[in-house]
Amino acid sequence: MSMDRRQFLKGVLAGGAVAATAAPAPAEARGNLTMPPKAMGLLYDGTLCIGCKACVSACKESNGLPPEFSTEDHMWDTPLDISGKTKNIIKMYKDGTGEVKDREKDGYAFMKHSCLHCVDPSCVSACPVSAMRKNPETGVVTYDPHDCIGCRYCVLACPFDVPRFQYDKAFPQIVKCELCSHLASPDNHTRFEYSACAQVCPTGATIFGPTDELMAEAKRRLALKPGTDYMVPRGKLGGGDWQMAKAANYVPQVYGEKELGGTQVLKLSAVPFDKLGYRDLPERSFASISETMQHSLYGYLIAPVVVLGGLVVAAKHSLRDQDEDQE
Amino acid sequence: MSNHAHSAPAPLGGSLVTSLTKTMALLILIAGAVLVVRLVLGIGSVTNVNDGYTWGIWVVYDVMVGSAFACGGYSVALLVYIFNKGEYHPLVRPALLGSLFGYTLAGVSVIIDLGRYWNTWHIFTPGWAQINSVMFEVATCISLYVVVMWIEFSPVFMEKFNKDELRKKLGRWMFLFIALGALLPSMHQSSLGSMLIVLGTQLNPLWQSLLIPVFYLLTAISVGYAIVIFESTVSAIGFKRPFELGILAKLSKVMWGVILVYLVVRVADLVVRGAVGEAFKPNIMALMFWIEMAFFVVPAVLLAKASNRRRPDKLFLSAACMMTGTFLLRINSYLVGYETGDGWNYFPSLAEMGLTIGIIAIEILGYVVLVRLLPVLPKHEAAVK
Repeated sequence: MSMDRRQFLKGVLAGGAVAATAAPAPAEARGNLTMPPKAMGLLYDGTLCIGCKACVSACKESNGLPPEFSTEDHMWDTPLDISGKTKNIIKMYKDGTGEVKDREKDGYAFMKHSCLHCVDPSCVSACPVSAMRKNPETGVVTYDPHDCIGCRYCVLACPFDVPRFQYDKAFPQIVKCELCSHLASPDNHTRFEYSACAQVCPTGATIFGPTDELMAEAKRRLALKPGTDYMVPRGKLGGGDWQMAKAANYVPQVYGEKELGGTQVLKLSAVPFDKLGYRDLPERSFASISETMQHSLYGYLIAPVVVLGGLVVAAKHSLRDQDEDQE
Repeated sequence: MSNHAHSAPAPLGGSLVTSLTKTMALLILIAGAVLVVRLVLGIGSVTNVNDGYTWGIWVVYDVMVGSAFACGGYSVALLVYIFNKGEYHPLVRPALLGSLFGYTLAGVSVIIDLGRYWNTWHIFTPGWAQINSVMFEVATCISLYVVVMWIEFSPVFMEKFNKDELRKKLGRWMFLFIALGALLPSMHQSSLGSMLIVLGTQLNPLWQSLLIPVFYLLTAISVGYAIVIFESTVSAIGFKRPFELGILAKLSKVMWGVILVYLVVRVADLVVRGAVGEAFKPNIMALMFWIEMAFFVVPAVLLAKASNRRRPDKLFLSAACMMTGTFLLRINSYLVGYETGDGWNYFPSLAEMGLTIGIIAIEILGYVVLVRLLPVLPKHEAAVK
């Protein structure tokens, strides 16, 4: 019997050696995905936001989403967070007396929350049925309910807690911002031409455009001396609609430049991002770590097949051995 | 297949209508009512899951814990057929039966939890199947394993209905199904852990590790042995059969070895990653970590003594601790240690627990009925008919 085990172990070791040479783990390692060629996104500058929530309302109109009530009279659409009914929200940070805008202590600040359209999205990596996809051209992370099984692994996986689910429906869907990509369709009968939140923003706090140009715009603002006057584009970049603003005392960081390999929606703020619900995140995407692990274990099914070979040898031996015992 | 000198398996016989089976049937009815409400009014109508904790006990208990508790068949098969330890053969069939129910019902639970369950087939269909998803691996692998287990268990039905020729034919290929039955759980039990990796920093460093698949696999194997000890003890008392002390004592030593390996790897990983400090923070996560670890340390200490391994009470206690530890590792890594943002809470609702309890009741009822009707448990002269 010890002979069998030795033989089995030999088989396993040989198999392991084959697997190790055939599946070179470092070469298989998947790095972060890179920004798509025509990546589109948003730039949200909290220092320009006045908290009017026109973007929240326009988002609902553009996406045909129902109102959500949080007051007793059920009169106004008053969502408190993104949800199965709400894809975009403006939240307020308040400290102490909340006197001065964009001040961390005894001040207040605004933050927009909606999908960041990650360059290397966890939701796309997690989805077992390709219902979450990243458009190879524009990089918009889209969702198709016809593909979806409702497992909600995307809800669990998203580091920004963005995909939401309709828990109150018999035939539910995932709900998340798709950058209003449906507006590009010829049968768009809405009043919107591009991301509704950006199109209606009266102060230019949210603007729409190619991510690389949005990044340049964000960097331009960060380089300004606080208090200087500058021209803010409204709606979309290159739209020709400008207005004057005063440069804020920014946190020297574009949120979304490096986080998890970058996002196509970028954010500026004068209050530290972790106070506004945006955590510090590493530069290596979680999707790339997870997929590297899966590919090195299961790439081309080499390792499982080799192990199965060893197990077959062992099982045959045991069966023969134990049958002989009986006779 | 052989049984060494052991007596052949035989149906236990006896009445199918007892207070136990009646209670189980009632629990199953309650679960059925919960299911109807869930189908008509949505998942939120009966559960407390939300966008901060979107997976409740229907996934984390029924699948993550439930399938681990269904590893008896896998763990015993490893011993008997891969490490050629024929003396454990009498444990194979009862363990396999438990596994069959555990896994089949884990699959059923997950479909109940799927919001858009009518699309389930997409997972296995080219064009939809997304092979980078860890869940794709888990879903295909568990589905295959359920099929393999039914094939492995089918000789029991063939014996019962005297299909000897079919049985012989299948017997010639059984080695392949046994090998698959050892491979597939190794893959998906570890993948149930790998599914956590994509959560990144949302999961506390006490659990977020590249070795989490190893933790899941080692605890699945060792809890497989714990389940066998647990089931044998309960069967011995419930069916008034003699306690198989000799074989379980030896099995507990195997379990002890796996627990030791687990504890060494688990602690070494925390030290190497520099995550030990997390265990001393004054928060609920650290507390739950210590409780989880304690349930692995207790059997590791108890079973170190040879005399304890020959005492049914100590064996049972060790098995129960091992099961609790395995339960906590999964609950902690999917729920307690997970934090996607501020302000989210989750504790299962009564109805939610009702469905899970109903699923467990189906397992118990199915097991009791089948061991009475089919040749599963080894025949004992003294067995009460």
